[in-house]
Amino acid sequence: MSDARNAILGRLRASGESGDLPALDTAVLERRQWPAAQRPALLRKGMEAVHTEFLEATPNDWPAVIRAFCEREGLKNLLYGPASEAGAALAAAWPAGGTELKPYDRPIEAFKDELFHGVDGGFTGTIGGVAETGSLLLLPGPAEPRLMSLVPPIHIALLRASTIHDTFWSAVKTLGWGRALPPNALMISGPSKTADIEQTLAYGVHGPKRLIVVLVNDLA
Amino acid sequence: MNGTKPKRVYFYGTCLVDLFFPDAGMAGIQLLRRAGVEVVFPEGQTCCGQPAFNCGYWEEARDVARTQVALFPEDLPVILPSGSCAGMMKVHYPELFHGQPEEAKVRAFSARVYELTQFLVDVLDVKLQDLGEPVKVTWHSSCHAVRDLGLKGEPQSLIGQLSNVELAPLTREYECCGFGGTFSVRHPEVSGAMVADKIADATATGASVVLSTDGGCLMNVNGALEAKNGKLKVQHIAEFLWERTRAR
Amino acid sequence: MHAENEIHFRDAAAKALLDPQLRANFRRAMDGLIAKRRAQFPDPRDLQDLRDLSTAIRSRSLLCLPELLEQLEASCAKNGIKVHWAETCEQANELILGLLQARGAKTMVKGKSMVSEEMHLNAFLEKHGIEALESDLGEYIIQQDGETPSHIIMPAIHKNKDQIARQFAQKIKDAKYTEDVDELTAMARKVLREKFLNADAGLSGVNFAVAETGTLCLVENEGNGRMSTHVPPIHIAVMGLEKVVARLEDVAPLYAILTRSATGQPVSTYFNLITGPRGEGEKDGPQEVHLVILDNGRSRIYADPQLRATLRCIRCGACMNHCPVYTRVGGHAYEAIYPGPIGKILTPQMEGVGVRHDLIHGSSLCGACGEVCPVEIPIPEILVRLRREATHEDMGSNVAGKGTGRTATEDWAWRLWAGVSKRPGLYRIATWFATRFGKALPASAPLIKNWTQSRTKPVPARRSLSERMRTEGVPHE
Repeated sequence: MSDARNAILGRLRASGESGDLPALDTAVLERRQWPAAQRPALLRKGMEAVHTEFLEATPNDWPAVIRAFCEREGLKNLLYGPASEAGAALAAAWPAGGTELKPYDRPIEAFKDELFHGVDGGFTGTIGGVAETGSLLLLPGPAEPRLMSLVPPIHIALLRASTIHDTFWSAVKTLGWGRALPPNALMISGPSKTADIEQTLAYGVHGPKRLIVVLVNDLA
Repeated sequence: MNGTKPKRVYFYGTCLVDLFFPDAGMAGIQLLRRAGVEVVFPEGQTCCGQPAFNCGYWEEARDVARTQVALFPEDLPVILPSGSCAGMMKVHYPELFHGQPEEAKVRAFSARVYELTQFLVDVLDVKLQDLGEPVKVTWHSSCHAVRDLGLKGEPQSLIGQLSNVELAPLTREYECCGFGGTFSVRHPEVSGAMVADKIADATATGASVVLSTDGGCLMNVNGALEAKNGKLKVQHIAEFLWERTRAR
Repeated sequence: MHAENEIHFRDAAAKALLDPQLRANFRRAMDGLIAKRRAQFPDPRDLQDLRDLSTAIRSRSLLCLPELLEQLEASCAKNGIKVHWAETCEQANELILGLLQARGAKTMVKGKSMVSEEMHLNAFLEKHGIEALESDLGEYIIQQDGETPSHIIMPAIHKNKDQIARQFAQKIKDAKYTEDVDELTAMARKVLREKFLNADAGLSGVNFAVAETGTLCLVENEGNGRMSTHVPPIHIAVMGLEKVVARLEDVAPLYAILTRSATGQPVSTYFNLITGPRGEGEKDGPQEVHLVILDNGRSRIYADPQLRATLRCIRCGACMNHCPVYTRVGGHAYEAIYPGPIGKILTPQMEGVGVRHDLIHGSSLCGACGEVCPVEIPIPEILVRLRREATHEDMGSNVAGKGTGRTATEDWAWRLWAGVSKRPGLYRIATWFATRFGKALPASAPLIKNWTQSRTKPVPARRSLSERMRTEGVPHE
């Protein structure tokens, strides 16, 4: 297919009228700034508007908050990433009995059926949030596989208030995402939803029906 | 114009006002004169060329436009009682003559073009005194007046000066009435559906008059209302303003 | 002469107008979308600044398009994404078929992709014994009913829930009739989950491709895009060659204006950045990721400095949401992949301006589309340009089908019009006749007949303004 490639690029080059590049004025993005203390509330407002649920926690009690939620909701099990920082901390604090912590420790090929049919919830960390739009930033990978936040009907995500950025734009710059990215990066702003039937919102069409954000107040 | 009000202006009637709404043209001239401006109406006015321009017949449009530009040699404002035609002369003439020998001359002409209410408000800052009976009206904004010419509420502000006039806005004030020049006869079904919605919207306001600044919209809305035996009256804003404010 | 096989938008539009249900469905939906978009842009200055920035980013991308595509290819290769090029839809289809057959794939789930609609990929794969299943709820609904999308963002917007309820009850196994949207959604979820689980391959479109990092960005609310790109062992992404931007930080404002313009959402539920197949140590994600870059007439559009603006489009659909014509006739009347204003300028450039001459004229040039376009594509101006191209073959352009919409009648009419309008003496005589005898013109005369379908015949004044000025002079009170 390199013929097609060369033909296409050749045609594009032949029409190359390479004028001056227009300037990029990013003032409209820079104006979107909030003090760190206001960002959690802004994020929460945006996410709650699309049916995200919030659990408040402290740096010490968040595993217990999650545990209490799982018991309350009667979750049989909760999928977690044993190699991730958040996953390991959760496991260390998880009492025996009740909701079972289930590790995602096999390749999907050996886990697909169980993942699709036998898991009640998935727990992941986040690497930050976006205040303006109400969003979570995730880097799925070896420690926290991609499908943990997608396939189970409930997704529980741990968010530390100090990691909330103003905008997606400022997050991309601060996190250096523009330089290099792992195979998958993700922004999540609510539970799966659709409005394809008569513009009526319905949640949980393909992904999680519920998104629970455990918001850890670690601001000094 | 830099704050100083011009003493003389040109008036361009436009083909639709010329043929179908001459009273509106007369009223526009009267409003200008009352504001202390001498009005020059050059002979030889035909059409701004918009129909041919919009249909892709630019050579023909240019042939006509050239003769019209030549009618306005002095450095005076050119006033039109139509948003669409003013938009053509102000915004689209420079496109039409792009790369042509007379481009610079045409650009200088275009810079002098104003729609009537725009000129009355932004340049002349006219003050109106309402002498008419109480009436409820609604306003149809012409697409080209707003989107090509950038009118920002001048007609509404003039109506707002009339103490006995209540302005009831349309639900979809900025939606096209369906005229679109040749569109109305090339796609009569869609155009007809659009104007039917427009008159329903206007009727629902409870107004007794629909006002506009565009001959095409007026003809379209009026024709549709008449076909339905609607009670609403359609009037060019110039005529409405003049009738309500002239000394009797 | 008329272009052979000219497609008449007028006829299809007229037919659509007769369907009150369809008209009500579109009007309600479009009114809602207009209001939601407006609520997202409370500050006109912010909106204009964001539009200017987005326009500049897209313009820059197009100015460097060949370089950016090469950079994208290299970055993707480094990340393990294999890039393929296709000049035509046929080539792209063959390419994808080859990839699937080589892996023995029999079923493919699809995230939403307008480019795959352009390719008629589903029908092509079915012909070769491969099931291509749409998984976006709207796409699923219309595929099940053998229809095509009527809107680029909300493909099933022409249907109401009663229609969908009947369809599901009939076509989904063991489904009971319900008009409850949550229950209908749950039915589709159940069917599609099994499909995701068992699919041999997944296909998606691309909203933005980042040259610098070799990243494919996907915008979605449902999660079917993530399912299609992460669950099956192979992911094939298809994109039009214009979708590339230089840097990831350029994507941020484009994404912000895309969701706000499209559905009035500040952000979509998922923004999925794919920069490679399953990495070292990863337990899920596809083993292979392929990117197919499609031309299909885009490089021809690219060659024209004015028409190039067409390629700035980020497919938000705001132009159709705000279009008074689209709102009344819906998407199917356009008989095109891309309906509405953007379709009116894109389709004729792809298929030929003569064949689509009627479509090019199916606009009142009201300008609502250009006013809301997040990347400031001057759609009305381009329409007028295409009207010129359709009737003139001597414009020095490379527009497909140029000159083939020309008819002797229209030529003659405009020449006559110009002949009279540029000669004031002649024009004066013509107006004199119109004012004296205009009333006598029969309402059944050509064109007048079209006008009087919905209106009374316009009657000229007894004396024209010019005549009054000549005889009375400028009025003195």
